[in-house]
Amino acid sequence: MQFICMNLRKDSQEVLFLVLGADILLHCLEAHDVDVVFGLPGGVVIPLYDRLKHFPNIKHILTRHEQGAAHAADGYARATGKVGVCFATSGPGATNLVTGIATANMDSIPMVCIMGQVVKELLGKDGFQEAHMTGICQPICKHTYAVTDAAQLPDIVAEAFFVAKTGRPGPVVIDIPKDVFVQDVQVPYDNGTVRNRIMMKYTPCQVNKEKVSKVAQLIQSAEKPMMVIGGGVNTRIENRDVVYSIAQKADMPVSTTLMARGVFPANNPYDVGMPGMHGTVEANYTVQHCDCLIAVGMRFDDRVTSNVSSFAPNAKTIVHVDIDPAEIGKTVTVNFPLVAEASEFLDALHDALPQCAHKAWMEEVQQSRYELKSPAGSVLPPKETFAFIDQYVDENTIVVTDVGQHQMWAALFLNTAGPRKFITSGGLGTMGFGFPAAIGSQFAFPDQNVILITGDGSFQMNMQELAIMKKFKLPIKICLMNNGFLGMVHQWQKMFYEENYSETILDSAPDWAKLAEAYNLNYMRIDTLEQCNEQLAAALTSKEGWFIDFRIDANADVYPMVPAGKGLDDIVVGE
Amino acid sequence: MKHKVAVLVENNPGVLAKVSNLFSRRGYNIESLVVSDTEDKTISRMTIVVDGDERTIEQVTKQLHKLVDVIKVNDLTNDDTVCRQLLLVRVAADRETRGEIIQLMDIFRARIIDIGRRSLIIEATGDESKIEAILKSLQPFGIQEIVKTGISAMVRSPKEK
Repeated sequence: MQFICMNLRKDSQEVLFLVLGADILLHCLEAHDVDVVFGLPGGVVIPLYDRLKHFPNIKHILTRHEQGAAHAADGYARATGKVGVCFATSGPGATNLVTGIATANMDSIPMVCIMGQVVKELLGKDGFQEAHMTGICQPICKHTYAVTDAAQLPDIVAEAFFVAKTGRPGPVVIDIPKDVFVQDVQVPYDNGTVRNRIMMKYTPCQVNKEKVSKVAQLIQSAEKPMMVIGGGVNTRIENRDVVYSIAQKADMPVSTTLMARGVFPANNPYDVGMPGMHGTVEANYTVQHCDCLIAVGMRFDDRVTSNVSSFAPNAKTIVHVDIDPAEIGKTVTVNFPLVAEASEFLDALHDALPQCAHKAWMEEVQQSRYELKSPAGSVLPPKETFAFIDQYVDENTIVVTDVGQHQMWAALFLNTAGPRKFITSGGLGTMGFGFPAAIGSQFAFPDQNVILITGDGSFQMNMQELAIMKKFKLPIKICLMNNGFLGMVHQWQKMFYEENYSETILDSAPDWAKLAEAYNLNYMRIDTLEQCNEQLAAALTSKEGWFIDFRIDANADVYPMVPAGKGLDDIVVGE
Repeated sequence: MKHKVAVLVENNPGVLAKVSNLFSRRGYNIESLVVSDTEDKTISRMTIVVDGDERTIEQVTKQLHKLVDVIKVNDLTNDDTVCRQLLLVRVAADRETRGEIIQLMDIFRARIIDIGRRSLIIEATGDESKIEAILKSLQPFGIQEIVKTGISAMVRSPKEK
């Protein structure tokens, strides 16, 4: 209240204040605990940026492209569990956010995207830099708000934050015309209220204890139970211990989808790794042979199920626990639906579960384990390279990936330490996501070691954000898995398109050493496995930013692989 | 199978776009859609007829319910409802056939609302089967133009025992 008076002109009545729309917005953001905003100014948001200096609790990070702002806010949200916030101007600024919004939407990440809009009078008249953003964004976000009066801002912002983070999280768009930012408005000074109906609509119902004990019984009486956990479990730090304890009590294997990598501890009899197209042999074996599948906080993406008709053919019971009722029965027929928040379900299941024994099944699972082999004569094979990096992935490390072959290698070979430590674009598969998301994660946790695993294709999509690394001296470790082509597409062309490498060769890449130098970054090039030594170790754990150029074996592809359309039994493990 | 779904939504700009967007994005087929305000001016009611199996309809209702602006979704298919749609039809009519058409329309309790030299406009309300029957009966005279609204549906009140 005190500092607000600085910014406000007192009305004659002395009770109400005349407040600028921009101030209301910024105050509301502050009230919702926003400490970092990523964005880029433009014509219609100048009045908003003009007031920023009066709100010192909000740190604005200037990205060089709005897509970077959206992914950075997304990375911040994934790392913290808080709502990520980004700003953009109308028209091209706002449309540049679109890919980032769709990315967050597919992975259920809470975000509030604030977009400027042309003045109300010009709306619908094709004004300069006008784009119908609520219409464009509606199918790719959780909700959109079009503000017409600054007095609505407290309630809209309150509701936007509530909707973004409650129930199944997702991005929310607030579209604000320029004149709303400069509108003088009399508002009773508050932080806004969420309508009752919205409150009731999104607040998840309490988990049904009776149904949970039924699940516990199902696990106990099954011969071959298993659990698959997804992004919904990747929300609460404690889930790592809870799920591990459940696995021990239930004596059953646990598989983690891409969105839940790192949630479950690795290297123990219960961990079978990732299922699906590039899943491990043991995870897919377990899925295909289990008689009872407990799916928690995951949505049976086609990259997980592959051919749905031959997915988990022996599962007499599929239990699907999800916070979103619409996910249940969407792709896979489920015979035990349970609408619940994943963490709450896990707690309840942990309490309800008796000590079970599935010795024969656990042995069968161990038998199915398959050790991947690197190509013979490979100088810098991915598996061994990642195994080296993995030594420096500890509980203070956040691994962020881009999209492609390196992403799958990271998912297969890196063992991050629990929820919110493995950040990747799963559902949308957005190349260019990684670097800005790593920046967002580093701003969220300045003291953690952020390792970005990227590829030469992905990195070139958003490398303009190197400027942020330079400015804030961010200690991100950029690990570029450099093989000179768009690796994943290249692999498909090799396997399914008779080696017709159409437009996947990335020649004339920049001189990476010079690029690093241009942005004041330390640079190191790794050509062989022998070079993975103390020097590399020092770089990976350094307090400074590094650009590490791994000339990864160009012939090494991602295996295991289930070709698209095949069942999970048809798994290819190498050439 | 055709399902009738009643959707109560907030009377905000863009709501219709949000609902129809959802149908097109998820590939659901809208047979007809009627929107109007209700006894409460802040709330609109949509009656949507959608073609699909049980699983599709379950997804439709669940996905609709996820929209912030949607207040309530009811599948009326298995309820005892009254359904009405409005038909305007222009049919060829000269001095010779006019009388016959008027007689026919009396049976259906349809009304002649405009008479021209060579045609008539007929207004009728009813459920789908009645509208179909009217059109069939007018076919021989030569139908020139048809306008139909979608179906509006309301659940019947409980009856005294």
